[in-house]
Amino acid sequence: MKQFAALFRALDASNRSGAKQAALAEYFSVAPAADAAWALWLLCGERLPQPLPTRVLKSAAIQASGLDEALFADCYEAVGDLAETIALLLPEGGRDDGLTLHDWVTQRVTPLRGLPPEAQSSALIALWQSVDRPDAFVLNKLLTGGLRVGVSRGLALRGLSVCTGIATEALAARMAGDWKPDEAHWQRLVSPDEDGPAGAQPYPFRLAHPLEAPPEALGPAAEWVAEWKWDGIRGQVVRRESAHLWSRGDENLDAAFPDLVAAARGLPPGTVLDGEVLVAATAGISDPAGRVENPLVPPDCCPPVALAPFASLQRRLGRKAPGRALLASHPAVFLAFDLLELDGADWRGRPLSERHAALAALLADRDDRVPGEGPRILAAPTLPGDDWATLAALRASARELGAEGLMLKRAASQYGGGRTRGDWWKWKLEPYAVDAVLIYAQAGHGRRAGLFTDYTFAVWHEGALVPFAKAYSGLSDAEIREVDRFVRRNTLETFGPVRQVMPELVFEVGFEGIQSSRRHKAGIAVRFPRMLRWRRDKSAADADSLDSLRRLADGHAGQAGQGRQNPSSGPR
Amino acid sequence: MNTKHTHSPLIHAANQGLYCPAGDFWIDPWRPVARAVITHAHADHLRPGCDSYLVARPGLALARARLPEGARIEAVEYGEAVTVNGVRVSLHPAGHVLGSAQVRVEHRGEVWVVSGDYKLDPDPTCEPFEPLRCHTFISECTFGLPVYRWPGPKAVAAELAQLRRQAAAAGTALLLGAYALGKAQRVLAILGDTAGPVALHGAVDRLTAVYRDCGVALPPTRPAAELPRGHDWAGELVIAPPSALNGAWARRFGAAPRVLASGWMTVRGARRRRGVDAGLVLSDHADWPGLLRAVEATGASRVLLTHGHTAPLVRHLRQAGIDAGTLRTEYGGEDGSEEPAATAGAYTETAAPDDAAADTAGQGR
Repeated sequence: MKQFAALFRALDASNRSGAKQAALAEYFSVAPAADAAWALWLLCGERLPQPLPTRVLKSAAIQASGLDEALFADCYEAVGDLAETIALLLPEGGRDDGLTLHDWVTQRVTPLRGLPPEAQSSALIALWQSVDRPDAFVLNKLLTGGLRVGVSRGLALRGLSVCTGIATEALAARMAGDWKPDEAHWQRLVSPDEDGPAGAQPYPFRLAHPLEAPPEALGPAAEWVAEWKWDGIRGQVVRRESAHLWSRGDENLDAAFPDLVAAARGLPPGTVLDGEVLVAATAGISDPAGRVENPLVPPDCCPPVALAPFASLQRRLGRKAPGRALLASHPAVFLAFDLLELDGADWRGRPLSERHAALAALLADRDDRVPGEGPRILAAPTLPGDDWATLAALRASARELGAEGLMLKRAASQYGGGRTRGDWWKWKLEPYAVDAVLIYAQAGHGRRAGLFTDYTFAVWHEGALVPFAKAYSGLSDAEIREVDRFVRRNTLETFGPVRQVMPELVFEVGFEGIQSSRRHKAGIAVRFPRMLRWRRDKSAADADSLDSLRRLADGHAGQAGQGRQNPSSGPR
Repeated sequence: MNTKHTHSPLIHAANQGLYCPAGDFWIDPWRPVARAVITHAHADHLRPGCDSYLVARPGLALARARLPEGARIEAVEYGEAVTVNGVRVSLHPAGHVLGSAQVRVEHRGEVWVVSGDYKLDPDPTCEPFEPLRCHTFISECTFGLPVYRWPGPKAVAAELAQLRRQAAAAGTALLLGAYALGKAQRVLAILGDTAGPVALHGAVDRLTAVYRDCGVALPPTRPAAELPRGHDWAGELVIAPPSALNGAWARRFGAAPRVLASGWMTVRGARRRRGVDAGLVLSDHADWPGLLRAVEATGASRVLLTHGHTAPLVRHLRQAGIDAGTLRTEYGGEDGSEEPAATAGAYTETAAPDDAAADTAGQGR
């Protein structure tokens, strides 16, 4: 445990990924296999099933610290992290009992599950006695869930790669499927002659840069290939001896998308496709013709199936193993836009135009359909347009199709790994935006603990302000401090950690999508809201109305249908 | 001890500062007044422009160093009473920095004590905090939450040594951000004979010289500015005001780790917000147990808190049967604006003067 806690502190102390990678490599080279397996598993973002309810954890902490509940709550609010608050409040004098991380997880933390609350509470208090104070924080992190120490799965694997000499892609492939944090799995993972599930690994993803200059700066439009920028998640379908689906960040999605993996088995072995994972509207899947017309867009530019809004994909992503009903109601599709491997040969060095032609031929030729269903792996349309004006007009209708804008790729470009600059650009639509009034504020967590950084925004409806979105990003540190001071000086009422403030500050709140929603008070739900800027020039009375938001939602409802342009208060 | 406060209070918070109407004097005023009684020389407690100042003698040299030339400063020994318009005033050690004082005010049998900033922890650079019995105790409350508990000097020294070894191994200096007045000298005194090579930022160097002139024993140091270009910084401790850590001045130290010495470093979020490589938990203010012990030692039936996380301590004291409340002041607490005040009471808004920034102003690179 001491070793792992020291690793945690080293990771926590640095913002530099080089230093983190070195700390990880060092830890993995000295830690016992059983510990290293747990450490890797936890650092990859997995979490132990919650061993006990937060309420029991809190009450045990209150008992151990000898404080009253209100004082404990004040501390939690100032610190912003339950695990840390408890560690700071525990009495002095914990003594390390020399157990390893593996012992900790299996003998101490896991057995708490299922005990009656009183037994959990007293076991917990004894537990806290058996760790050094600095380590108590790490223990509490295990008890409360994820570690969240600024290590991505990719970084953890790179650290392991440094100390084992095994490529990260190979490590990721070996961890695919039902990898378990135990000694046997660990030994197979780091064994130098272990081949893993043969050839399951994807290629490094090619990334695009946001286009900030006007597209004319890229030269003649004819040298570029334009595609929709889909509002799904990026993935690679890998069909070799077996079939797999990977997302960016080397995350294996086989278990979450069995429907796509099944479809991928229909591809000839030795095929790797790059594309977007999306959820189709069920009508689109059961109708093999599938294509949805849109009056604003030429027919061959429309998606090959009708797509469901992003929220549907989120439902699929939320399940590690989806049930039959969810698979039927939320069928996944893969819109392929690039071909990386064909007949076992690496095609990444060939020009994009060649790859596209081969991709179209491959997908036109084959029949992977489940009887009674449409195809799941489809070629994404490329957009016609030899001049920028045509493409700009198409981009303006992207939202009607459920896309976020356009991708521009140089027709002659190779598929290079990573973020090679210059050949791939994302040309996104401006977000939707409304002017809204700050009405509630809550303190943030982590580095924003103790500052009011999480805000609720409202718009006008029948003379009252109706909350419609929460946002906490988009302001500079200086602006955050200023709003923080405003909140403390203008609190009307306090509801636990939430402050209701004078409705005075107006912000331009941007968001990517909007839908009608019965679960939300305002009757609409927005996607990825954030503050675009502080409208110091506006007073609360100048804020937008709920009606203007509803009009945006109506305009967006028929994703591929009766499109209408957004009202003037909408996209900018 | 118990007195009914039917008449106007002996001391209250007015626009210019804490005011004693019976004696017509001000304690740590934040605007110019005729007669100021000063608890200590930090910029949010000692401001220029008053007609006269009363300070404790051990703090005289620091007050002179911080006030414009020609300021009228009168010094009294700790414990020596003076009478101001019939009110008995004496200054007593507060343990905050060299010459820091609590102000004891006695009038017609009623005793009030204004703590200024204080700590109960040992500090070789100043007289220890002296508990005083009083009816009303006006206390600072910078760290008024139980999460703030200071480690002992040994633990602090060990952590600093560890950070220094790491810097030495990486071939860089260790850049420590610490208040130029008080904390920098306390760090030096804690290190003592084990200090090794130490270089100081100009602001720290100037005030360290004042400490030495006052007879405080400190290990040898040298001004960072006088070290030649190409100097081997490996393992050298460099002490600078916190505001200098990320400025142009610090660029000469390249990738040297930045460490901030402050009570706020207790909390991980504060550490990350400051963007430093590590935090050294070291404060010249009372921690939560210190605040409780100090209040108890006064025997006061009424406690008024001036700045910091006041609301939780007010509630806690009220539960213990003490008449507790807050006073609106403009004191900054530690690190001025860095105070995370989500739980602070309504009276803690501080247009805090950043002491460190004040220190760097007017200094050469």
